[in-house]
Amino acid sequence: MKKIASINEFVIKFANVNGSGSASANQMFAKGIFRSGIPVSPKNIFPSNIQGLPTWFEIRASEKGYLGRKAGIDFMVAMNPQSYREDVAEINSGGYLLYDSSWKREFNRTDINIIEIPLTSLCVEEFPNPKQRLLFKNLVYVGALSSLMSIDKNIFVTLINEQFKGKEKLIEPNVRALEMGFAYAQNNLNAQCDIKIKESNLTDGMILTNGNNAGGLGCVYGGATVCAWYPITPSTSLAEAYKKYCDQFRVNSETGKNNFAFVQAEDELSAIGMAIGANWNGARAFTATSGPGISLMNEFVGLAYFAEIPVVIFNIQRGGPSTGMPTRTQQSDLLTCAYASHGDTKHVMLIPSDPKECFEFAAQSFDVADRLQTPIFVLSDLDIGMNDWTCPEFAWDDEKKFDRGKVLSKDDLENMESWGRYLDVDGDGIPYRTLPGTHPDKGAYFTRGSSHDEYARYVEDGEINARNLSRILQKYQGAHTFLPQAVFKQDTNASSFGVIYFGSTEASMQESLDELSVSGHPIDAMRIRSFPFGPEIWKFIDQHDILFVIEQNRDAQMKTLILAESKVSYEKLISVLCFDGAPITANFISKAIMKHLSKDFITKTAEETL
Amino acid sequence: MTYIVKPANHHPNLEKNELGLTRRDYEGTISTLCAGCGHDSISAAVIEACYDLSLSSDQIAKLSGIGCSSKSPSYFLNQAHGFNSVHGRMPSVATGANLGNKDLLYLGVSGDGDTASIGIGQFIHAARRQLNITYLVENNGTYGLTKGQFSATNDLESRSKYGEDNLFSPIDLPAMAIQLGAGFVGRSFSGDKEQLVPLLKAAMKYQGFALIDIISPCVTFNNHNGSTKSYDHIREHNLSVSNLDFVPLGEEISTQYDKGSQIDVPLHDGALLSLEKLDDRHDPLNKGNAILRLNEAEKEGKVLTGLLYVNPDLKDHAEVLNIADTPLNQLSEKELCPGSESLTSVNSSLT
Repeated sequence: MKKIASINEFVIKFANVNGSGSASANQMFAKGIFRSGIPVSPKNIFPSNIQGLPTWFEIRASEKGYLGRKAGIDFMVAMNPQSYREDVAEINSGGYLLYDSSWKREFNRTDINIIEIPLTSLCVEEFPNPKQRLLFKNLVYVGALSSLMSIDKNIFVTLINEQFKGKEKLIEPNVRALEMGFAYAQNNLNAQCDIKIKESNLTDGMILTNGNNAGGLGCVYGGATVCAWYPITPSTSLAEAYKKYCDQFRVNSETGKNNFAFVQAEDELSAIGMAIGANWNGARAFTATSGPGISLMNEFVGLAYFAEIPVVIFNIQRGGPSTGMPTRTQQSDLLTCAYASHGDTKHVMLIPSDPKECFEFAAQSFDVADRLQTPIFVLSDLDIGMNDWTCPEFAWDDEKKFDRGKVLSKDDLENMESWGRYLDVDGDGIPYRTLPGTHPDKGAYFTRGSSHDEYARYVEDGEINARNLSRILQKYQGAHTFLPQAVFKQDTNASSFGVIYFGSTEASMQESLDELSVSGHPIDAMRIRSFPFGPEIWKFIDQHDILFVIEQNRDAQMKTLILAESKVSYEKLISVLCFDGAPITANFISKAIMKHLSKDFITKTAEETL
Repeated sequence: MTYIVKPANHHPNLEKNELGLTRRDYEGTISTLCAGCGHDSISAAVIEACYDLSLSSDQIAKLSGIGCSSKSPSYFLNQAHGFNSVHGRMPSVATGANLGNKDLLYLGVSGDGDTASIGIGQFIHAARRQLNITYLVENNGTYGLTKGQFSATNDLESRSKYGEDNLFSPIDLPAMAIQLGAGFVGRSFSGDKEQLVPLLKAAMKYQGFALIDIISPCVTFNNHNGSTKSYDHIREHNLSVSNLDFVPLGEEISTQYDKGSQIDVPLHDGALLSLEKLDDRHDPLNKGNAILRLNEAEKEGKVLTGLLYVNPDLKDHAEVLNIADTPLNQLSEKELCPGSESLTSVNSSLT
C-alpha cells in the first residue's frame, strides 16, 4: 500500500460534530505545528448552527509558506459518522484515515491507510463524567497525532497549561487525555504514518491570528473610542476583539473608568447611526458588520457621504445574496459598498489581504475617514476575519501621529473672518469642519442630508446642489494619495499577461504564481488594496495585453468596478471566478489561467503556421 | 428656505440673563412652518427655557429626524450645532453624539411619525438605555409634509380633514416610555406655555432620558372639528396633573403649595423640582400608578398633561457604561494609542 510521505508539507482535515468542543482541540493542534516552527493555516468550516451539525477544520502545514486552501486531504480525522462518506472520498490516494474504532467500520477504499483508535472506549474507561468523555476524545486524538507525526508532546502540554490558566483544575484531566492518546499511538500505531513534522524556525517573527482580532486591535491603535455594532457572523469577533483590547489598554488605572464606549445596538441601522453621531462630535467611531448589515446601513451611509461625516465600517464579507451562507466566505460586496446608498455616491474601500493588513488598515482607516470626511469601508472577509493566519508580527511606529484632518480649533475660529462648512478653501474639495462646543459664538451650523449650500444652509437651487455634488466628487479624485497603493509581484514586468487580485486570494495567488512560473508561464501580478483606484493600477493595466481578474464572487465585481471607472476594454480583462463559499485554491486559479494561456498559445501557433 | 432674513436690530433695553444674553440671542432663523403651527410655540418655549436657565447655546446640540417637527431646530438656538438626520433615526445619532461628548446638553426634536412609526425601535432603545437627552415629540397626529396622512398617535375616533375614519388605536408615547424605563416623562400642549416652559427646564436639567410629548396642533391638516389633536379639543380636554416649579441649585423655594399637595424631587445636580399636585389619584414617583392614570384618563377622553413620571435615582447611559469623566472626543493620542511597547506583548500572546 502506498503511503504519502511528507515532511512539513501536508493538509489534515478534522470532521467533527459542531458543539462537541472539537474546534478548540483542532486549534490547539494547529498551534502545535506553528510552535514547531512550521507555517500553518487552519480553516474552520462550520455550519450556521450551535450543536449537532457536521463541521470541519482543515489545517495546511507548509514550510514553503503556501497558506491558501488546498483541495485533497492527506490525513483525515473522521469523527462524524454523518459525514463519513464524503470525508473518506476526499482523501488523497495513499493518504490516511483516522477514525473512532470503538465502532469498527469498513470503508470502501483500498488505496488509503486506515488508522484505528477506540477513542470513545478509551474515554469511557478513563473519565466518569459523560461530558468529559465527549470533550476529551478530541484531546486523545491530538495526543495520538503528536505521536504519529512526531510533534513534540510538550508543546501541547504547554498549550493546555496556557489555555486553562486560572482554571487549574482542568489542566490535569486535559493533559491526561492528551497523554492517553499519545501512549496509545506509541504502543499500537508505531510507524503507521509517514507524514511528519520536523521542527524549524520558519515562524520566528511570525504570529498566528485572525483578521477580526487584528482589526479590533487596529481600531484601538487608530484611536477609536466608540464601537457601536450589532451581532452578525462573521463580523462579531471584530467588535469583541476591540472590547477585549480596550479592557486591556483603555481603562484609566486611577479611576477605573473606560476611555472607550462599547455599545451593542438594537440593529445595524442604529449601530451606524451611533457611529456617525460620535464622529460628528469628533470621537473616532466605527461599526462592524457583514452583507445584510450593509444593506440596512445604506440610508445612513448616504447621509454621512452627503453631510460629510467621517465613519468607519468594517464589512467582513460572507456568502450572499440575502441571508446566503453566513458561515462561508465571499468577496461579493464590492459593488454594494463602492456605490452604497441612493443617489450619486462613491465610497472609499480598504481591502486587506491578511491579519497584519487588517491591523494596519483598521488603524489607518480612521485617518482616511477624518481626512476625507466620509464613510470608509474596510472590506475583509470570513476567511481572513475568522480563520487564523500565519503572518508577520504587528508593528507600530510611535512617531506616527493621528491625522485628524481639517478640524477647526477655538483659536482657528477666533481668527477667521468667515467660515462655511462646505466651502472648498484649499481646492481639494475637502472643506473644514467644526465640532459642537468648540466656540461660544462661531462655527455652529446645521448638519443635514437635504441639499445645502457652502454655508450648510438648506437650498433648493439646482445649480448650487450640482456645484456641491461636483465638489464632493473632487475629494474622491484625490483620495488615492491617502490610501494603500497596489502591490506588485515584481518591480519590472516580465510578461504581457498580468493577474489582478485582492483580499484573501493572496495566499493562494502566491502559490498559483509559482505554479505558473514552474510550468513556463511567469506572469505578472498586481494586488489591489484600495478604491478609488490610483494611477499605478491604470499603469499596470495599460502595460499588459491580457489581465486575469481573480475574484471570489459570481458577477466579476472588481472587473465591473475597473470598467466603470476607466476606459479599459472589456475584452482585455478575463475573469476567474470562485463563488462556492470555500476559500479559493491555487489549483483553481492555475487551472483557469492555464486553460486560457494554452488556448492563446494554440491560436498563436496556428497563426504562425498560416 | 431662507428667503426671509430675520432683522438683527432689537429693542435696546431687552432684559438680560445671568450670561448677559437676551432672549433674541437664543433665537434661530425665521420659521417656514405654517402660520399658527404649534411647533413654533414650542420653539418659543425652548428659547424661553434656555434663556431662563442661562444656558450657553454652544454647549447644546440640537438633533432631529425628518418631518415638520424635525425642521424646527433651525428656528431656535442659532449658536448651537444642529443635526437633521434621517427619518426616525435621531435617537441613534444622539446616542453616538452623547458617547462622543457626554458633557453637552442634547435636545432631540422629533414628531409623531418620526418617533411612533418609522423610528419607534430607536426611540424604545434610547429610552431603555437611559440616554441623557431631552426628547421632544411635537405630536400633531398627522403627517404634515406629505399632506395629512394619519400618524400612529392619532386617536381612534379622530377623523381626518377629508372625512376618513382612523382604523387603528393610538400609541401612547408617555405610557410606553414609562413602561420602558424612561426616567422623566411629561406631556404638555404647545398652547400652554405656563406649563411647558417649567417642564422643559426640568427635562433639560434631568440627567437621563426625559421625554416630553407635546400636543402641537397642525393648523393645516389636523385642526378641524372632529380631530382630537385640534387646539379646541385639547383646550377642552386638558387635565393637568400638577403645577411644576423648577428650582435651580442654591435658590430658595419661592412657591409654597397647600399642605399635602406638595412633592419636592431633588435632581442629580442639586436642583429641585417642586410639584403641586392637582390630581389626587396621580403619583408621579410611582411607575405603575402613572401608567394606570394615563389609561384611565384616556378612557375618560381626557388628555393628561404635566410631569407624569420621574425617577431621580437612575444612572444614565454614559454612567452605566462607566465612561471616563473626560469626554471621549477630548482624550489625547497618548491616552488612546497603546504604542509599540504594548504591541510587543500582544505579538507574544499570539505565538
